[in-house]
Amino acid sequence: MNAIAPFSRRGFLAAIAATGAAMTFAVGPDDAAAAAGDFEPTIWYSIGRDGIVTVNVIRAEMGQHVGTAIARIVADELEADWSKVRINHVDSAAKWGLMVTGGSWSVWQSYPLMSQAGAAGRMVLIEEGAKLLGVDPKTCTAANSAVSGGGKSIGYGDIVARGNLKRSFTADELGKMPIKKAADRRLVGKPSAQLDIGEKVDGSGKFGIDAKVDGMVYARPKIPPTRNESKVVSVDDSAAKAVPGYIRTITLEDPSNTVPGWAMVIAESFVAADAACELIKVEWSSGDTAKTSEADIQKRASALIADPKAGALVVEDPGVDAAFAAAKTKLERTYTTASALHFQLEPVNALALVNKDGSYEIHTGNQWQSLVLPWLSKALGVPEDKIVLKTYLLGGGFGRRLNGDYAVPAALAAKALGRPVKMVCTRADDSRFDSFRSPSVQVVKMAFGEGGRVTAMDHAACAGWPTQVMAPFFMPKGANDVAYDPFAISGANHWYSVGAQRVRAVPNDLANRAFRPGWLRSVGPGWTNWAVECFMDEAAQSVGKDPLAFRLAMLDGAGRNAGTPPNSVGGAKRQAAVLSRLAAKAGWGQQLPKGTGLGIATTFGQERDMPTWVACAARVKVDAASGAVKVEKLTLVADAGTIVSPEGALAQMEGAALWGMSLALFEGTEFENGSPRDTNLDGYTPLRMADTPALDIEFIESAEVPVGLGEPATTVVGPAIGNAIFNACGARVRHLPIRPEAVLNALKTKS
Amino acid sequence: MATTFKLNGREVTVKGPDDSPLLWAIRDELGLTGTKFGCGIGGCGACTVHLDGEPVRACVTPVSSIAGHAITTIEGLDANGRDPLQTAWIEAQAPQCGYCQSGQIMSAAALLKSTPNPTDAQIDDAMNGNLCRCMSYVRIRKAIKLASSKMQGAKA
Ligand code: FES
Ligand code: FES
Repeated sequence: MNAIAPFSRRGFLAAIAATGAAMTFAVGPDDAAAAAGDFEPTIWYSIGRDGIVTVNVIRAEMGQHVGTAIARIVADELEADWSKVRINHVDSAAKWGLMVTGGSWSVWQSYPLMSQAGAAGRMVLIEEGAKLLGVDPKTCTAANSAVSGGGKSIGYGDIVARGNLKRSFTADELGKMPIKKAADRRLVGKPSAQLDIGEKVDGSGKFGIDAKVDGMVYARPKIPPTRNESKVVSVDDSAAKAVPGYIRTITLEDPSNTVPGWAMVIAESFVAADAACELIKVEWSSGDTAKTSEADIQKRASALIADPKAGALVVEDPGVDAAFAAAKTKLERTYTTASALHFQLEPVNALALVNKDGSYEIHTGNQWQSLVLPWLSKALGVPEDKIVLKTYLLGGGFGRRLNGDYAVPAALAAKALGRPVKMVCTRADDSRFDSFRSPSVQVVKMAFGEGGRVTAMDHAACAGWPTQVMAPFFMPKGANDVAYDPFAISGANHWYSVGAQRVRAVPNDLANRAFRPGWLRSVGPGWTNWAVECFMDEAAQSVGKDPLAFRLAMLDGAGRNAGTPPNSVGGAKRQAAVLSRLAAKAGWGQQLPKGTGLGIATTFGQERDMPTWVACAARVKVDAASGAVKVEKLTLVADAGTIVSPEGALAQMEGAALWGMSLALFEGTEFENGSPRDTNLDGYTPLRMADTPALDIEFIESAEVPVGLGEPATTVVGPAIGNAIFNACGARVRHLPIRPEAVLNALKTKS
Repeated sequence: MATTFKLNGREVTVKGPDDSPLLWAIRDELGLTGTKFGCGIGGCGACTVHLDGEPVRACVTPVSSIAGHAITTIEGLDANGRDPLQTAWIEAQAPQCGYCQSGQIMSAAALLKSTPNPTDAQIDDAMNGNLCRCMSYVRIRKAIKLASSKMQGAKA
């Protein structure tokens, strides 16, 4: 078999790091941040004379309690007293290297480095502590922020205050630092309170929208009719002049072309900017996508898929066509998904100001500082090291804030006005400006031989590609030498052994032009698995097999599905174990009341290179008269390797699973005349508490490399629900979101 | 026009047009940013505050309509930010991103005042107007029950 086209997260991360300013990987002490006399063996944390350990976190906090997880990794190796550990979410700076929070990468990426940084500090503290105690360091141990030996003991704070701690470590030295065995971990994997919770229950936590500086004015944008190719022709603000506090409207000149055709309504308060905005008339010239609809985009996708030459061959085994030609039976199905908004609860916003020295400060929540800095640099005409992104809590990320485009208009307005500008988008502005999840079309085919044996599989997927539009500097190449967005196809390159396999990823050029496709929680796997896992049930049924047994037989760990250490060690066998455990837990095969069904689905989470094995069983009840679907229970099992922070991991799984359910049944919109049709809660309706089902979540115990948890559960719930609906009433739905009318229609075609 | 009302027990006066939403008066004029903006149409509950003890959506409450009334925000629920609901929220580790949680807590506080021992259906009813985009519903429900039993334990 051919190898899967080479894509690795490490390669990806290295590639994106290389394009930003942040290439140097500094490990020396951070003199600026640490108070005088603090011990700072690496840039990642410092210890004060009071013994307080402050861990510098470069990941954005957006609900995943990432600071706690990272601090526990450091503190475990450092042998720090957990009650003395604090977290510090840092502002952007070159020394931190690549700053990105996404792809469920944070813990996986931080684990070795933060462990080694902690170990390095402990080593130095033991040496210096032993000196102060007057004993041989070899007889000393560290625990609970103290070094003990020869019946005496000294706290870390005292060592910092009295000792001579000058040592710092090079990257090389750190990389060689041995780390603990799983069995010796004290904090990692043990329950703990999240350090960020307190400020989130008393209103004191500061989000981007809470940022404030003296002398700032407010701005609300006039969003142009199309995301790309709009130009302001004229602005008429005569009616707005009567609004008290209205200042003026400026048309942005944007050399980075991030926000073409934007005008900013400036006022003394947000209320005034908002009111004025409604009264201002702007005339635009727009491109030809001003009339584009969802149907146009999907039609384009189907046409592209029908052309076998379109797109990149992500998997291309020899013999696919021959296997289909020789097949005893075949199955072909088409699956589609609608546009879906991020709808992070905090609408995008940014406060920008120019300092006296000409440098810029941007106060905003952001998931990918290293991506937006070059855009800002181009827009403002200043080098990247003259721009600092100040860090705030994110009122939801979900991938929206990977694309930091909203920082650009605020910065341009501040430059034009020479005053600090705080831009706040209304909810409708946010939705229209969203880089939402592209609609998609997928065609999946399978060839069967004697006895229903699977001999080949062919999967083609077409959608707008976020990486092509926003980060084209990293697109790996397929077997046919065509570049592709790895995040917009992941999932289709599954771990089932299906004989000769082809996976073709096709960019939807119309979608890429008509809007800015975005990374939305779990990205490709959030919709590719809708096809893969619904199809697996349909395929099993077509050859008279049980969907569970059908899957398990293909999760044999053969060939490329054997997995490679350390990230995917065990391969498909681990996925099979997760699925088997799920089936037992959820009672697969049990008799259920009429109209109730259990459906299963399983995926490898985000990326083949860093799989989180996950499986879900959804129990649903379908009302045959209305087509309404009620989810009664979701059961999930995951193998994510070592669980660093069990409470955080569980919370992430809960949220991600309900996200999957919300996307499957409650969300979705359509592109209409150049923007999403539904822009607020009167039309876009995410899951609420009353529809939240019982959740039963279990992690497989494992000492393997910790992998991501923020997204994987999102990928399995939709298809599990789709399969459950079929098992409940025989209606097969192939479009997301699933609306009652679609269930009724499917019931009709069945009979 | 100026409007005078009580905010967390203290008398305040805000300027601005009569129809301007209470939310922005609290956040931008009075500087209390714990009350959040999510939708602006009364649909998400992020801006929930108490008006004379009853939960209202500050984004659709004109500031002129509250002249002479008492408003409580998340900052005023407890002097130390550790009302039984807030401690229950911490214990249940309810918040994810946290953005909706001020509103969730204010809605829950009003619920427990009128219904100290709510059933699941009563919780759903009272809380369905509060969207949590992070979908922390399971923990919010747990936290409400925890707070309810704490508060009743304290009374007994
Ligand atoms: S902001 Fe007031 S209900 Fe959403
Ligand atoms: S915790 Fe993020 S919106 Fe509720």
